[in-house]
Amino acid sequence: MNKKRFSPLRNEGVQMLLASLLCILGGLLIGFVVLLIIEPSGAFEAIIAILKNFFRFSRVNQRLKYLGQTLVRTAPLLMCSLSVLFAYKVGMFNIGAAGQYVAGACATLFCALYLKMPWWACMMAAMAAGALLGAISGALKTFRNVNVVISGIMLNWIMLYVTNTVLSLPGIKNPMSPYTIQIRGNSPTALLPQMGLQKLFNNEKSVTIAIPIAIIMAIVVWVILNKTKFGYELKATGYNYHAAKYCGMKENRNIILTMMIAGALAGMGASLLYLTGIEEWETTISSVPAMGFNGIAVAFLGGLSPIGSILAAYFIQHITLGGGNVDLSVYCAQISSLISSLIIFLCAFVGFFRLTMQNYLRKRDEAAAAKAQVKKGGRPS
Amino acid sequence: MILLTQYTLLFASVLMLVALGGCFSERSGVINIGLEGIMVIGALGGALVMKFLPVEFGGAPVMVLATLIASALSGMIFSLLLAVAAINFKADQTITGTAMNMLATAAATVAVKAMNTAASGGSDVSSDIIYTRARDTFIVRFGTFEFNWFMLFALIALVLSYIILYKLRFGLRLRACGEHPQAADSVGINVYKMRYAGVLISGILGGIGGIVYITAGVSSWKFENGVAGFGFLALAVMIFGQWKPLKIALAALLFGFFRALGNVYTGFDILKNLNLPSTVYNMLPYIISLIVLALTSKNSLAPKAEGIPYDKGSR
Repeated sequence: MNKKRFSPLRNEGVQMLLASLLCILGGLLIGFVVLLIIEPSGAFEAIIAILKNFFRFSRVNQRLKYLGQTLVRTAPLLMCSLSVLFAYKVGMFNIGAAGQYVAGACATLFCALYLKMPWWACMMAAMAAGALLGAISGALKTFRNVNVVISGIMLNWIMLYVTNTVLSLPGIKNPMSPYTIQIRGNSPTALLPQMGLQKLFNNEKSVTIAIPIAIIMAIVVWVILNKTKFGYELKATGYNYHAAKYCGMKENRNIILTMMIAGALAGMGASLLYLTGIEEWETTISSVPAMGFNGIAVAFLGGLSPIGSILAAYFIQHITLGGGNVDLSVYCAQISSLISSLIIFLCAFVGFFRLTMQNYLRKRDEAAAAKAQVKKGGRPS
Repeated sequence: MILLTQYTLLFASVLMLVALGGCFSERSGVINIGLEGIMVIGALGGALVMKFLPVEFGGAPVMVLATLIASALSGMIFSLLLAVAAINFKADQTITGTAMNMLATAAATVAVKAMNTAASGGSDVSSDIIYTRARDTFIVRFGTFEFNWFMLFALIALVLSYIILYKLRFGLRLRACGEHPQAADSVGINVYKMRYAGVLISGILGGIGGIVYITAGVSSWKFENGVAGFGFLALAVMIFGQWKPLKIALAALLFGFFRALGNVYTGFDILKNLNLPSTVYNMLPYIISLIVLALTSKNSLAPKAEGIPYDKGSR
């Protein structure tokens, strides 16, 4: 009698998936209402345009090309979300991923355009820059008790201005525009190799090994967190700092190391975007790029699992690019950032949702047990 | 020099208002990372009044009051998002706050763009609101020094905050909920109500801070940019001020000074001759706040129960 009944609703993964889908649905619904408020007549087409993204093209070749571009932009987003979730598993909220991403962009473009280094060296530089920024946050936390969120935000802004200054140097910035010069013409060895992947996407030239690298990194993060002693120690430090210390783990080293790894992941994400040559850095931007913040959305939407992040990253990038397809004379592209921020907001309720669900399942079990008792002739207790 | 004083006082007013808001929320036990977003929404509410309320209607006092009330109300309503999520649903306060920051900028951009697009028939798709004439009503000129009514208001807010937190029963109860909510509950204080009060007050002050910030130096605002991390600077001010109103005021003056330098450094020959790129001055407040935090956070006096959702059943 005591055998636990199998039900898919009891599975933690299924619960997370259900919760994420609810968040998405809620975000889209509220987004739709906002579109309705702005202009009711075209709202339905607008939300469909956001969801369709590249499916708006009728020709398969074009769909493949734009699918390729969406994937190219998904790779850095996935890296940022890995950065956020890695730190979160160790008990820290890495809002500094945005700044670490910017630091990565700075280092990778400096190495590519100024020093004309090959791609792997540029990528290493980006990782080092991100790791350095992460290390600062981590060290401030362990030695000076500065909240990681606050130091992360401060470093985001500092890095933004540093990057704008560095990338405005002559030889890096295009003298005719606010953008940096193109990698493709000026430093071709810095471009990530394609290895024939572009053939899958109708010869889209920005498709490179960045996409498989990002997926491999997601798997690596999963293995580190779940299958190694190192990952176990990190998580233990996150759950209970003092217990970890008591058990002889190097708790301070663990925190700094976590932030360095998180930083390196975000920095690498930047190199995976800029070394494909799909876009240049704009040296006059006055706000921190949204990539790192969207990484937070992805990490929580993916249920804080590296594998879930792959799907979530694709979804968020899909609707972000889809936002550009709404009728811009009535609506604006930021409607997708509104939807993604709504999704994060709803993700904060996931814990509550799962608690409610577990309570419901338990009550159902109790009711069933009481019924069984009655059937057997005993009194319901 | 007068210009530097003027900007220092203005930015200090902003930082002080928002940091006091954060102080109320955190003293009641709720971390308010969403202050940045609250500022944006408060600024939006105020800017809309400034744009649509004709200056002739009642003149300066009506304009100043209407803008203040609109900002405070918008900030308060937006802070309800945090209150409901963090207090009733026991959601993670950091995630909620971060989401609110992103939500505020996105929502403000969408709203202003929709408004501009509709008003211009599709030719103007910017996210700017222009309020030149209304802004003039906030200012009283003494020679070259421009006194802004909001400076006075920030001072009043400071005095009121001090009285509320330390001299009234309400303040004592609020602080108790941030230190030891179980103990507060045991003597009959409604912890949920107190925390709601804390968060809503932070919404009011944050919203007002938002409108003061965007009207500080310019006559139009691009809502796509949010408030450029000012809400977070205010959080740094609050931590540096050790969650105490008077120390917050001093910290706000210090940070306001460095922020003001970025606006007016070209007026000083010494600074101009250093020939530093303007980005250095942009970075300065953030660098200073990091250093200051590193020096002062070691013995943090943060409310003990902040960030922990209150659960009646737990010990």
